[in-house]
Amino acid sequence: MSVGLNIVICIKQVPETTEVEFDKETGRLKREGVAAVINPFDEYAIETGLRLREKHGGRVKVISMGPPAAEQALRDAIAMGCDEGILVSDRVFGGADTWATSLTLAKSIQLSGAHDIIICGLKTTDGDTGQTGPEMAEHLGEPCISYVSQIIDVKDRKITLKRSLDDGVETLEAPLPLIITVSKDVGQPRLATLRGRLAAKKAVINTITNKEMGMNPKELGLDGSYTRVTKIFTPEPHAGGEVIEGTPDQLADAIYAKLKETKII
Amino acid sequence: MSKPVNVGDACTGCGVCVSACPFGAITIVGDKAQIGDACRVCGACEPVCPVKAITMKKVEGPQSFSDWRGVLVYAEQREGKVHPVAYELLGRGRELAETLGEPVYAIVIGSGLAKAAEELVKRGADKVLTYDHSSLATYRDDPYSQILTEAVKELKPSIFLIGATSIGRALGPRVAAKLRTGLTADCTSLDIDPEIKVLLQTRPAYGGNIMATIYTQNSRPQMATVRYKVMTEAKIDPAHKGEIVKKSVDPSKLQDRVKILAFEAAKEQVSIVDADIVVSGGKGLGEPKGFDLIQRLATALGGAVGASRPTVDEGWIEYRHQVGLSGRTVRPKLYLACGISGAVQHQAGMKTSDVIIAINKDREAPICRISTLAAVGDLYEVVPRLIEKIKEQKGSGVP
Ligand SMILES: Cc1cc2nc3c(=O)[nH]c(=O)nc-3n(C[C@H](O)[C@H](O)[C@H](O)COP(=O)(O)OP(=O)(O)OC[C@H]3O[C@@H](n4cnc5c(N)ncnc54)[C@H](O)[C@@H]3O)c2cc1C
Ligand SMILES: Nc1ncnc2c1ncn2[C@@H]1O[C@H](COP(=O)(O)O)[C@@H](O)[C@H]1O
Repeated sequence: MSVGLNIVICIKQVPETTEVEFDKETGRLKREGVAAVINPFDEYAIETGLRLREKHGGRVKVISMGPPAAEQALRDAIAMGCDEGILVSDRVFGGADTWATSLTLAKSIQLSGAHDIIICGLKTTDGDTGQTGPEMAEHLGEPCISYVSQIIDVKDRKITLKRSLDDGVETLEAPLPLIITVSKDVGQPRLATLRGRLAAKKAVINTITNKEMGMNPKELGLDGSYTRVTKIFTPEPHAGGEVIEGTPDQLADAIYAKLKETKII
Repeated sequence: MSKPVNVGDACTGCGVCVSACPFGAITIVGDKAQIGDACRVCGACEPVCPVKAITMKKVEGPQSFSDWRGVLVYAEQREGKVHPVAYELLGRGRELAETLGEPVYAIVIGSGLAKAAEELVKRGADKVLTYDHSSLATYRDDPYSQILTEAVKELKPSIFLIGATSIGRALGPRVAAKLRTGLTADCTSLDIDPEIKVLLQTRPAYGGNIMATIYTQNSRPQMATVRYKVMTEAKIDPAHKGEIVKKSVDPSKLQDRVKILAFEAAKEQVSIVDADIVVSGGKGLGEPKGFDLIQRLATALGGAVGASRPTVDEGWIEYRHQVGLSGRTVRPKLYLACGISGAVQHQAGMKTSDVIIAINKDREAPICRISTLAAVGDLYEVVPRLIEKIKEQKGSGVP
């Protein structure tokens, strides 16, 4: 029996997207009553970490970069069973793109002790890039495996796992430490337990600011980002055509005529 | 430290910016606008301020990137066959390059690439770099990202495009981070800014509810992964001339930490992504059996079956049929939506189809607004008749 795994999970707090609506009149996201939740894909990352700890022992640390309110996401993760939460928060981190986010997360992970495996979600529902994990791997100089669908085993400082690509499933072996991003196939995330909720309430969440990191602020947040948003807008609807009513026969005829007209049949 | 968005002393607290902010990040505190944590630095507030009190931190520059030229396309391949998304990138890449008056390059990594390289030339590449070696036959993140990084440093393209396939989305960020440059994920449109000639990269965000246009500042190349099936493929032009450069590969110099133990190819390949005709069913089917009817219509038309997310979530049909933001993007000649309301997230995966036909009970459903033809009626009454008509026609031998 080894000493167990040091597992780090990166989670982000996002608005509950199913409810985010864009108000076409005012051009604003409707935020009234929209809850901030753990990025749904990151719950699968948490589940993966907890299962690894159940099998191999060790500790599961969750880390989140965001405004002070993101502390709640960390407590929610502890309620699911994670051991410790770290908040990475500083005004100079604001406006970060995936480059600056992954750099900041990589530095904070290095600051907060040794790790064997870092687990990210497939992507976030707001930024929606899936780039943070692989970019972090470059900052840390570690291998990265995206789209992990199943972890097979961890043995002799090596992990075996499956990942699904567009045209099939690969079984891979990689040395620790490494970074993985996991898909929904890893298994349904568990719910918070009562004991977990109590632990979450009592947990001390440590905060890392740039004082601890000591980075040049020019490398962080918006200043440290290579990409810049210049415009946001509502998607253009596809130009519509005719809307027709009638008996089922008339409708079928009209569709049939359209298929002919457009040379589809 | 100055903040990305700054409110100057001229602010009168009029609140115009408060309603302009899509993220609800601005509040009036005292008689001044205050930018809160929800700020995404989108810039919507800056132009609306009547007293010009809001300033965004400006791009430093314009820095000169004049030694970075050309549009480079990564041509993903399997067993020597180029993924069609690369041809789409060559199509759009050519247009961008012409606007800039610069060349188009392609790069392909693998084993046995002679045919692929020739085809890339015919599809419009002025120069194709091939990294052809038996040790590179299958995709692996480490060596592929290393090769691409070194190639880009040598070639210095101003724009570098990668298809947003699962491989492209794993590879792109590795290369961007090694190159220390920006990367915009999953773009759906690309343009050149007419004034400052930078690449404008547009992509959906927030579950497709908004679109964001992004550009790369202070670094080159300007990198983007681009969604499959949204750009138009470059046509084959046998007369197009281009140079094929075989680059040497030394496997001992390539990092390779991850070992492939096995590969299991996906079972069937009648993918909705490649079909010319997609017939989709949604919640309006009412029950899992409804997909039998959809399948019959698809068979009559020679197409594939698609589905909306709730039908997949409820287990009526497998995930690989799902069309939309969290499913597949399709761009068939015909997309026939039966009992689908056409939420933005669904539209994100099908709205570039050539012809869209909807059958829906509700004439107010969003799908009706985007359809070439929307038939307002019960799909269970319309579809069987439509199938009959198609079959009759086939039976009668009339072409
Ligand atoms: C982050 C995110 C990602 C998402 N990704 C996707 C995605 O990838 N793909 C996707 O599809 N959705 C996605 N969704 C969900 C999307 O918002 C909608 O909920 C979904 O597309 C609705 O599916 P539907 O049209 O089948 O169902 P409904 O919206 O319930 O529509 C059913 C339609 O059927 C019609 N109807 C009912 N009975 C009949 C009948 N007998 N004959 C004819 N018409 C009938 C009704 O009028 C109605 O318009 C996503 C949502 C979020 C938040
Ligand atoms: N601010 C953040 N804090 C912690 N983890 C993050 C943050 N942003 C992204 N991640 C991780 O990176 C993954 C991919 O995010 P994205 O690149 O935004 O799609 C997420 O699922 C998280 O695991």
